[in-house]
Amino acid sequence: MWKIRLTALLILVAGFGIGWFVYNSQVSASHPFKLGLDLSGGTQLVYKANLSAILESDVGDSMEALRDTIERRVNLFGVSEPLVQTQRGGTLAGETEERLLVELPGVTDTQQAIDLIGQTPVLEFRMLKGDTPPADFSGFDVNELFEPAAVTGKNLKSAQLQFNQGVGGIPNEPVVVLTFDSEGAQIFADLTKNNVGRFFGIFLDGVAISIPVIREPIPSGAAVISGSFTPESARELARNLNYGALPVPIELISTQTVSGTLGSEAVDKGIVAGLWGIGAVILFMILWYRLPGLLAAIALLVYIVVILALFKLIPVVLTAAGIAAFILSIGMAVDANVLIFERMKEELHAGKSTVEAISAGFSRAWPSIRDSNISSMITAVILFWFGTSLIKGFALVFGLGVLVSMLSAIAVSRTFMLALGIDAKVGIARFLFGSGIKR
Amino acid sequence: MFIVKNKHIFFAVTGVVVVAAILSIAVFRLHLGIDFTGGTLVEVRYDGTRPDAGALTTTLNNAGFSGFSLRESGEDGYMLRTATLSDEQRGSLSSTFSYQSGTARVEQLTEIGPTIGEELRNKAFIALALVLTAILFFIAFAFRKVSQPVSSWMYGLIALLTLGFDVLTPIGFFAFLGYLTGAQVDVLFVTAVLTVLGYSVHDTIVVFDRVRENLSINQERGKREPFPETAGRSLNQTFVRSMTTSLTTVLALTALFLLGPDSTRDFSLMLLIGIIAGTYSSIFLATPLLVAVEEWRRKK
Repeated sequence: MWKIRLTALLILVAGFGIGWFVYNSQVSASHPFKLGLDLSGGTQLVYKANLSAILESDVGDSMEALRDTIERRVNLFGVSEPLVQTQRGGTLAGETEERLLVELPGVTDTQQAIDLIGQTPVLEFRMLKGDTPPADFSGFDVNELFEPAAVTGKNLKSAQLQFNQGVGGIPNEPVVVLTFDSEGAQIFADLTKNNVGRFFGIFLDGVAISIPVIREPIPSGAAVISGSFTPESARELARNLNYGALPVPIELISTQTVSGTLGSEAVDKGIVAGLWGIGAVILFMILWYRLPGLLAAIALLVYIVVILALFKLIPVVLTAAGIAAFILSIGMAVDANVLIFERMKEELHAGKSTVEAISAGFSRAWPSIRDSNISSMITAVILFWFGTSLIKGFALVFGLGVLVSMLSAIAVSRTFMLALGIDAKVGIARFLFGSGIKR
Repeated sequence: MFIVKNKHIFFAVTGVVVVAAILSIAVFRLHLGIDFTGGTLVEVRYDGTRPDAGALTTTLNNAGFSGFSLRESGEDGYMLRTATLSDEQRGSLSSTFSYQSGTARVEQLTEIGPTIGEELRNKAFIALALVLTAILFFIAFAFRKVSQPVSSWMYGLIALLTLGFDVLTPIGFFAFLGYLTGAQVDVLFVTAVLTVLGYSVHDTIVVFDRVRENLSINQERGKREPFPETAGRSLNQTFVRSMTTSLTTVLALTALFLLGPDSTRDFSLMLLIGIIAGTYSSIFLATPLLVAVEEWRRKK
């Protein structure tokens, strides 16, 4: 008995703890809820990449390069927490389509965003005017520090990652080798001959990606950039050089913009609807099922704080459809308790003792609870797969809600029920364990 | 017992709802939204006075929009559905809508390319097929044991029929809603239908499970009871739980419908109607149908 009471107490304390975390992390903004663009306001753009000119083996790399390029541009936009990711879509008829998804929270001028992203990437070479290169690759005026070089991005034939022969204690140092076309090789030979010791800046879309120093004249048209590369950073530079010069054409296929006012309106309304929904369900449960109803209400509150904490920790991106799923799950979360209480009543009627009726109520209602949750889970899984981001938001919250509520309804309310240790057949307890309007 | 005895009343009610739903779909039709056809949806709101729809239509025609539909939205806005926008149209959207009397703010802009529309359409069909298949398996599994006096496939068939009723009712209602407010079939509509399918199938199965549980208890105890009475008793035993579980869900969804975000209003209404229809059909349709089948067999 004391063991079960201790467990009940622990659950209550944990519930308060999680509730405090949910509240506190929202107020202090350490773990705020992640809101989808339809709630926070912003723009989502989906592009289709035209890869007809790209070898199949290069698709992955060129999509990565495209993503890097677009990410750089998006960062220029000054957006907080932008999202740029590649996606594979298709019409299921075997044709696949490489896509690029760009999410810009807070940006509501769709055309401006499209203009910025849609430019063809520009690869430029510039010479540093002075002797000291900027410490950081950003945060300086390009035209003030650099002057255009004679060689241009068009002259670059390819860039490759190679590993140098081990010199001294540094074996296999990664380097990037630039190969110019014949015209470029000529210009580059002259340029390097006249500018030994000067810094040579490589810019993609006006942002420096590498500023090597010219150590010696390079007549061959093949320049080696060495330095403090890791294999990854060298590969990234080579990729940017290659595809910066040979970008993948992209075509806009879908946009979605929601203004901040509309988004915050949806959040406010969602919260109000959620509170009323919770209130209505709790009120009904207490009025109809009395003491067990009160315990179910506490179990519901535990469910709510747990799922809200999960939203923050996983994290789940909340959309309007996700909020709808959450509110729907509140109505369904008490279903398991209803099944149990109805069974319990039958067992009490059949003359069982309270403790027996509680255990039997739980165990006999279990198959029914499990089955109803299985059919809902099936829908959630299929919806998640079907999903556009909007529906995925619904399906994830719905599936999570079904799962968590099942556990909370059973574990939490059962523990509470047993912890009370009331004999349901005497005096006031008879009333408290009754239900409905009769008797 | 009341329900089983008066089953003809409920069959009549069901018939009326089914005919109304079918008529509604036939007359008003379901209009596919841009999610599935591709196209553009713009919502603007006005600071100041909202212009007259006629004047705005002329302006839009002059700006090169064609084949669009314009609807009032809320107190101070318009909703525009049209084909894909050109860069100029998109760039000057708010100035196109703005007048001296009222400046337009673009609150929402959604453009869906034809390939994405086609992809979503295919996915919707596949999702529907998957859910139906999964539910068929679910029903087949639930009724795998043969029982007398009605064969187990009959339970399954009736469960499927009531499921058809559960989705036909909200779809019929949605067609009517489309006539009233211009609501269109979008991914949320499909989501609502699938959710209703997943939620409602179980309610019917619970009632049927009780019927069979009582049948086998009767058999064990050698008790002879007419089938309609066993069915009626089973219904009585599950009635409260069916009503209560649905009621809590309906309470939560009503809050969402009345107070929730505009973007999920039609969605919550669909769910609401689907779940009410599901509860009605599992109590007032499924078991009475079972009894009717049994009586018909005995007469034969």
